[in-house]
Amino acid sequence: MSLGAAGVRHRLVALILFALLGSAPIANAGWFSSEQPDVYVVDPYLDIHTGPGRGFPKFYVAEKGETVTVLKRRTDWFKVRTERGKEGWVPLSQISNTRDEGGELIDWGLIGRDGFVQRRTEFGFAGGDFDGARTLSAWGGYALTPNIMLQVEASKILGDFSDGEMALASIVLTPFPEWWVSPYFALGTGILHIDPHTTVVQAEDRTDEVAHAALGANVWLSKRFVMRMEYRRHTVLTSRNDNQEIDQWKAGFSVFF
Amino acid sequence: MESRLQRFLLRISAVLWILGGTPVSAWAADEPEHDVEPLVVREPERREVRVDNIDTEDFEIGVYGGIMDIEDFGSDTVTGLRAAYHITEDFFIEGTYGQSKLGQTSFEELSGGASLLTDAQRDLTYWNGSIGWNILPGESFIGSRMAFKGSLYLLAGAGSTEFGGDNVFTINAGVGYRLIARDWLALHVTAQDHIWESDLLGESATKHNISLTGSLTVFF
Repeated sequence: MSLGAAGVRHRLVALILFALLGSAPIANAGWFSSEQPDVYVVDPYLDIHTGPGRGFPKFYVAEKGETVTVLKRRTDWFKVRTERGKEGWVPLSQISNTRDEGGELIDWGLIGRDGFVQRRTEFGFAGGDFDGARTLSAWGGYALTPNIMLQVEASKILGDFSDGEMALASIVLTPFPEWWVSPYFALGTGILHIDPHTTVVQAEDRTDEVAHAALGANVWLSKRFVMRMEYRRHTVLTSRNDNQEIDQWKAGFSVFF
Repeated sequence: MESRLQRFLLRISAVLWILGGTPVSAWAADEPEHDVEPLVVREPERREVRVDNIDTEDFEIGVYGGIMDIEDFGSDTVTGLRAAYHITEDFFIEGTYGQSKLGQTSFEELSGGASLLTDAQRDLTYWNGSIGWNILPGESFIGSRMAFKGSLYLLAGAGSTEFGGDNVFTINAGVGYRLIARDWLALHVTAQDHIWESDLLGESATKHNISLTGSLTVFF
């Protein structure tokens, strides 16, 4: 019996489906199922606290040679279960001395300045001054390389006589990402909407396009925490004859992953 | 360094096993009595610990409700959402979104019919971003048998409030207590001052508006 074209196609579809269904759980294992690895205590003892913080008392000690199961993590604290079923929290500084099944040190992913250089995403919040008005901004960035980041930002502008919103997209270039105070410059564009206050007479809402150039610096503070300061020059492409130039200053914090 | 050396030795052993193992077994088939010591004892495959795959619970999200006292406009209920990211055991960042309602000013009540604001302008909504500091973490005790995990924290931040139809820049400062009921569940009591400038009643003045809320949050 020879297979017709339809038969071949069916087999092919079955094969593809099998490959997709079969491989999907493996590909997604890191995303949807979390691991609870066993680690060996090699220090004389492992202090176990009642909660994830130094303010919580030690209530149990796991001994050298004992295995503990790591259940979950909160900031730099790890919840563990001992062989005798006691559950509590251990700080990173202590659990980083444990070993895996083969007796080797485990990479606990300590986050240093290098982590900031190698970051993929960043989220931040900032306050500032926009031509005399206050601004509040939230931004998110995606790093293509340590030097180039794509960024989107939403800002609220709160002035004495009007308030407004601004949405921007920009490209951020960091020439020296490994510096502790790392300067960057950015170019971007977006829209600006201004809404005069109800107490102001005869003023209309308006929406304009804006383009900007910016100069700023990131300062890595600790772990996933970064401080950012920036100066920007916006050109508001108004429908009137003249374009308007606006200076903006801002300072804020961000976390990266 | 040690692991690289180990891997290198393992690789050499594997090559020896492949090169040496096959002829040995083929040869061994001819003389079944002859016992050949295996060159390499194969260890069971070891699971590498991947710290990234450990369940991390640094985010906290929840709802809150309480009362908010709005200067000149009386008190009303406030409800909202809060979300936090815990950066370290000491510091977290938090975003909140809340809503309340402006009551009647004393002038409106005394004058009888006069109304300063429309109904829509009486809706108050606000959002803010804050940094929190767990200043007094630890266990608290009720009597001698019950211990609660928690922390007293300070909050400071900025945001925007829609007040009387306009958006006003708002600074907030507050203090709260987070009681960790379960590893994943927390109860908060928070007192916060929302400070803004307003010229709604004539002269521009700084207004202090206090909210007192209770929250229920989950960690994930």
